[in-house]
Amino acid sequence: MKLLKCPVNGVRAIQEFSFGGAVREMPEGSGCSDEQWADYVFNRAGEPGVQREWWYHMASGTWFIAERETVSDQVIRTYLWNGDDAS
Amino acid sequence: MNNRLPKQAGEWIDRSRELNFTFEGMSCRGYQGDVITSALYANGMRMVGRSFKYHRARGSYSMAGHDAHAMLTDGVRTNIRGDQVSLESGMNLRAVNTAGGLKRDRLNITERFSRFMPVGFYYKAFYKPRWLFPFHEKQMRKVAGLGAINANNAPTNSPKDYAWCDVLVIGGGGSGMSAALAAADGGARVMLVDEGLKLGGSLVWQGGGDHGGRVEPLAAAMVAKVEAHENIEVRCSTMAGGYYGDHWMGLFNGEKLTKLRAKSVVFATGVIEQPAVFGNNDLPGVMLASAAQRLMRLFAIKPFEQAVVLAGNDDGYRATLDLLDVGVVVKAVVDLRREDDVLSTDAMAQVRATGVAVRMGCGIYEAQARGTGRDRIGVAGVVVCPLNDDGELDAKRCETIACDGVAVSVGWTPNAGLLYQSGVRFVYDDGLEQLLPDVVPATVFVAGRANGVYAWTDRLRDGERAGLGAAGCLGEGNGEVGEGQDVGGRSKVAMSHGYPIFEHPGKKNFVDFDEDLHLKDFVNAHQEGYDNIELMKRYSTVGMGPSQGKIANVNSVRILAKLNGKTINETGTTTSRPFYQPVPIGHLAGRRFHPMRHTPMHDWHKQHGAVMFHAGAWYRPEFYRNGSMSREDCILSEAMHVRKSLGLIDLSTLGKLFICGADAGAFLERLYTGHFASMKIGKQRYAVALDETGVMIEDGVVSRLSEDRYYVTATSSGVAAFYREMQRWALVWGMDVTLINATGQYAAMNLAGPKSREVLAGLTDVDLSNDAFPFLGTREGMVAGVQAIMMRVGFVGELGYELHVPANMGLRLWERLMDAGAGIRPFGVEAQRLLRLEMGHLIISHDTDALTHPDEADIGWALADDKPFYVGQRSIAVMRKQTLERKLVGIRWEAGYSGPLPEECHLVIDEVRHKMVGRVTSVAHRSTLGYALGMAFVHPDMARPGTKIDIRVDGGAMSRAEVVALPHHDGEKQKG
Repeated sequence: MKLLKCPVNGVRAIQEFSFGGAVREMPEGSGCSDEQWADYVFNRAGEPGVQREWWYHMASGTWFIAERETVSDQVIRTYLWNGDDAS
Repeated sequence: MNNRLPKQAGEWIDRSRELNFTFEGMSCRGYQGDVITSALYANGMRMVGRSFKYHRARGSYSMAGHDAHAMLTDGVRTNIRGDQVSLESGMNLRAVNTAGGLKRDRLNITERFSRFMPVGFYYKAFYKPRWLFPFHEKQMRKVAGLGAINANNAPTNSPKDYAWCDVLVIGGGGSGMSAALAAADGGARVMLVDEGLKLGGSLVWQGGGDHGGRVEPLAAAMVAKVEAHENIEVRCSTMAGGYYGDHWMGLFNGEKLTKLRAKSVVFATGVIEQPAVFGNNDLPGVMLASAAQRLMRLFAIKPFEQAVVLAGNDDGYRATLDLLDVGVVVKAVVDLRREDDVLSTDAMAQVRATGVAVRMGCGIYEAQARGTGRDRIGVAGVVVCPLNDDGELDAKRCETIACDGVAVSVGWTPNAGLLYQSGVRFVYDDGLEQLLPDVVPATVFVAGRANGVYAWTDRLRDGERAGLGAAGCLGEGNGEVGEGQDVGGRSKVAMSHGYPIFEHPGKKNFVDFDEDLHLKDFVNAHQEGYDNIELMKRYSTVGMGPSQGKIANVNSVRILAKLNGKTINETGTTTSRPFYQPVPIGHLAGRRFHPMRHTPMHDWHKQHGAVMFHAGAWYRPEFYRNGSMSREDCILSEAMHVRKSLGLIDLSTLGKLFICGADAGAFLERLYTGHFASMKIGKQRYAVALDETGVMIEDGVVSRLSEDRYYVTATSSGVAAFYREMQRWALVWGMDVTLINATGQYAAMNLAGPKSREVLAGLTDVDLSNDAFPFLGTREGMVAGVQAIMMRVGFVGELGYELHVPANMGLRLWERLMDAGAGIRPFGVEAQRLLRLEMGHLIISHDTDALTHPDEADIGWALADDKPFYVGQRSIAVMRKQTLERKLVGIRWEAGYSGPLPEECHLVIDEVRHKMVGRVTSVAHRSTLGYALGMAFVHPDMARPGTKIDIRVDGGAMSRAEVVALPHHDGEKQKG
């Protein structure tokens, strides 16, 4: 069982968290083709590497971002959502 | 009989506490501190079990639980592992896997047929005809089985607990104790775990590899220091069974499972001695040198009278000296190494000085059995041959040496199961002829012989390094992967022989003792194409027995590497998974923690005959018992009462959300499909939410309470996940909204039926007239002295008011309403489901599935396409270009219909085209309208009212229904 660091509440056991999927940018609805939209909705790259992910601390209702190396399953850092700026 | 040596330094047994027990019906005696197999050995029982396939006699081999020879049953527990389970007074033990007892095991007959049972024989012999396989399987399980489960056992609960520490040290030998002391001295909270009864490890049973007894006082002093240290918690007789992410470990003792979280881990797990492969290498009396040393030092038992030692390393000579110490006559040391290849050591010189014959460059061709057939239960002697330049035995120049025991000391492998699980990667070192840690994750440390460090002084230093490192990196891992942990203490000479495996025509040269696999089985498997380690494992079953290959895997890799002409590293190893040793399943099973939510009216429901059921995290009344009426009659009666008079249902499980702030309206417009920003204060509107693929995920009612304050209801089961998504969207969209999930803070109830206005009017000053408080209006006001949100809703299709009040006022209002007269009756969830079905209201995830979009559910009217954006809108635009594939419709049967009726999920069939064209989503066999009705998905061609559809029901009969326009029930009444 893993641990995860909530930026607000500190290191907690993984069962206190809910996974929210990879951070993905929604294409502009009017500007994209049906194919581009379908790709956004249904396709996931799944490529190994550092992935930015949404995580939710259920007890406190905190959404945040985790950067996770998907090969080693190591979380490199976590931080609160700050718009599209990754820092 | 209880033969013991004089007191040994560090022995585990307590000679003041004698224990009586029986084995195979014979009375035996042992001491407190014995394991079962040591007590059996002390009672002269050289044979402790029968082998898995051929039922050959087997004795104590590893004395450390690394073989499956001593598997016992006490009639309640099965597969008790004799090397690891402490002797208890009054135990009544038998060997498993015998027919007619251990001595006269009839199943030994299988050995005579062994040449007809090559590797994988059951795959080949029994796969045709297929229908006979279950029969064959049953017979095979009887012959090649382990213990039988006694199904009449009384169930027992095994406790679980949790523990925390800074540094977990696994292994209480020299390096482990050294690591624990170093970390604890630095202030870390240390837990030291060891499988054995007492600390000390090989420092005690092997004299630390430094013969002459200098180590024992040091070991005793270290143990005392560890036990006295305030920062160290010692847990002996405890197995670290599995490693999980971020240093989460399962610890098992005989009593319980402990889930432990550590901040860093030191693996000082030592090494497992490996067998040599030669003819009859499984006879009772042939054992690992470490097993003989454990018998002598831990249990004060003389393992043999006359022994031959097979050596492939210096440890064989140390074992020889240990044997000589207790009066064993060592007839010869047979050393696989050639004189020229070995640098003489102190131990070798000491052995030679005693006059024991040493045969360099020789191996054992076979052990000769004492007795015949199933009575071959001991060793009479060994046949020793010189090795040629290819490392093969020259059987023409053999010499027979009489003896009653063979101690095998040809090499070691790291006790690495947990290390692999923690992410440590090993490489085979050709110089040391053993695996060594190569890649070690941060906050993981390997110390001692598992790290290739053999000399005891070096092991103590290595432990100190690991302990200091583990204490120094407390806190969270930084994601960096550490380097291999060689600090220069690793052995310079091989402590293992590279290929202690010798051919023998008798096919009784075992590689895997658990599974009775001999050398030829590997050659055959390889010839049949299983030339990869993972394939060979699965085909031959090597390493798949109860000890999971702890003394078989290394040799099997060596054999395969040689057959393939590849190196050990190219050949690889199989995966190591939890648990390190088998764990009784009772330790893993347990009561689940299932918190259930109660509404404020829960006790009232139970006092009034409610039959409660689980609805997600809640208990809800399914219906209320009414005299001797059947369940179905009760439900229909409750529904009829709502239609004709007045009912009250507890809706406290509804999701209840406040959406506040300047952007509240705009937020709801993006979240839901409809218009909400322009809603008038005091109005409510049905709302449906989609996910990004356009699938319906939630619905509810949005009420506008004030300019910047909305009150939203959501489904009982979906509100938690939906609220979570709401929070994320609010964040991503950067909107000025405050979201409050008030589900648990509010109680809610629906007062429904023609008399609802009349009854409510007596309890409130709010003007309930249709003009002042019309259908789909929401008001805030006092009801029975309680501040309430009042909503005129139409879910059940009658005049009705939902009343939402603070949870602590819920019961009070409920009771006031129940006391208000007018024949009011409570109704349960089943009656509500019927009433809403008559109204044609769908339930998300009941009448819809994970692919249902709004047009299919016929609520396309709820989509406001003039809005610039709502979640799922873009997908709806795509789907509207495609052909609709199904539609949710109402269905009914004639009044008085008496044919078969479907259940939910029964299929709509096009009998002409033999196709499935839909399914029933909801059905009521009886309704307040006097006929059966429901809802179903059907092909759009069949969605026109009046169409007849055929539904296949249980048993294959067909039921014909008619598609009708929804609602079934006249909904206009609710608006009056």
